[in-house]
Amino acid sequence: MIDALNYEFIQNALMAGILVSIASGIIGSLIVVNRMVFLAGGIAHTSYGGIGLAVYFGIPIFLGASLFAVCAALLIAFVTIKNRDRTDTFIGLIWAVGMAIGILFVDMTPGYNVDLMSYLFGSILAVSNEDLWYMSILVILIVSFVTFWYRDILAVSYDSEYAILRGVNVRLFYTLILVFSALCVVIAIKIVGLILVIALLTIPIYIAEKLSNSLYIMMFFSSIISIIFTLFGLFISYNYDITSGASIILVSAVSLLLFYVITELIKYPNFRKNENR
Amino acid sequence: MNAIDVNNLTFSYDKDTILENISLHVEPKEFLAIIGPNGGGKSTLLKLILGIEKSKPDKIKIFGKKPSKNLTCIGYVPQNTNVNTDFPIKVIEVVMMGHVGHKRPLIGYKKEEIECAKHSLKQVNMEKYANYKIGSLSGGQRQRVMIARALCSHPKILLLDEPTSNIDTVGQREVYKLLKDLNKSITIVVVSHDLSVILNYATTVLHVNKQAAFHNIKQKKKFFTKDEHFCEVELLQMIGDKDD
Repeated sequence: MIDALNYEFIQNALMAGILVSIASGIIGSLIVVNRMVFLAGGIAHTSYGGIGLAVYFGIPIFLGASLFAVCAALLIAFVTIKNRDRTDTFIGLIWAVGMAIGILFVDMTPGYNVDLMSYLFGSILAVSNEDLWYMSILVILIVSFVTFWYRDILAVSYDSEYAILRGVNVRLFYTLILVFSALCVVIAIKIVGLILVIALLTIPIYIAEKLSNSLYIMMFFSSIISIIFTLFGLFISYNYDITSGASIILVSAVSLLLFYVITELIKYPNFRKNENR
Repeated sequence: MNAIDVNNLTFSYDKDTILENISLHVEPKEFLAIIGPNGGGKSTLLKLILGIEKSKPDKIKIFGKKPSKNLTCIGYVPQNTNVNTDFPIKVIEVVMMGHVGHKRPLIGYKKEEIECAKHSLKQVNMEKYANYKIGSLSGGQRQRVMIARALCSHPKILLLDEPTSNIDTVGQREVYKLLKDLNKSITIVVVSHDLSVILNYATTVLHVNKQAAFHNIKQKKKFFTKDEHFCEVELLQMIGDKDD
């Protein structure tokens, strides 16, 4: 594994893993506390439409997917902003339509057909330098967003009605959270693929949530835990020649299971003690 | 100047009229209880006063100004404080949400804001819990934190929507004792089903069921108003009179 670090594609893979983990840790926390997991899933699958369009028109895949995902996020924001409860039908709709558009355009592309699998399950070993630039800029944007507007984001996420009363522009922040989710989902597709994106945006976050009593601590822990899972998953993927996306997700899932069992074991004696008191 | 002025307000969602011709004048330092049946428009009236729902202009005045122009004047405690209890947020952070967001530092919170939040927590006797996760508190404690959040902007009016609906009787008594203390310096408006509040704490009672009827608790005896309105307040006053 050590000599593998000399290869540029391995270095890029590690960098990409770290960058995407930071982004998904922060954005995943926002998605989970805002109960938008299904929305994020919808955006992830819809962005396949952007991939198809990008392939057909010959523009960079990241650009096409990002634009398409952002448009989907804006549409979702527009539809769900008034009533956040009855939105699942609509999300399900754009989920399927986005994928259908993607498949249609890939079919229509003459000659060479792109490797569908690499977008569905990730291709972390094929990260280019441009991809890294794009990821770095996005991570800087996301970190700035949550640093400078933390109190607004917190207010909107915790109690949006009260945030309106305090003069916070709830619609703007709700839309921004969705747009950043869309951009984050697009870079995460490179690592784990669009089918597994949801796991990366929820499993580390679930563990971090149990360990933190504050949103920024949760974001920090989520990012760290994501980095550990991603790098360990990559290591396994490289050593045993497994698809990287699948190994990262399975490492995360097994860790989650262990975490759950351990916390239950710790909780149980305390619970008994309380009962006896 | 009156704390709250509502003049001939009529409000409807689509075609259903929720409130009809409501007039309401609350003087400073009054303790107003708003009662009435479910769906009678109590919460809507509260939202209109807060400016969450928009009415025709000039119908509602808070210290002579439009509700949206006077955000810092009103502290609001929402009805259901048991939502989002899993949310990773500390008590002090919840309280600091009460600050109105201008003149703020680039990152985080100003020292004065933190001090102010701690002071609000002290007012509701919750300063020990500043760094607890909000979900680890009991319903009554959480309600007091929400009151602290409302107090954070130094409001002149405190609006509470069913403040005791989700807490046990001990917690309820604590909340009302606290409100009575606060009432020495600020106006309090409570929407409540809890009739003991009306008799023990309120100075005026408004019964809202599409239309509104006023009751001045201090003047007893007059059971039937001119329009022959009769609700729980008269009933309770009648019962109360037998003891005299």
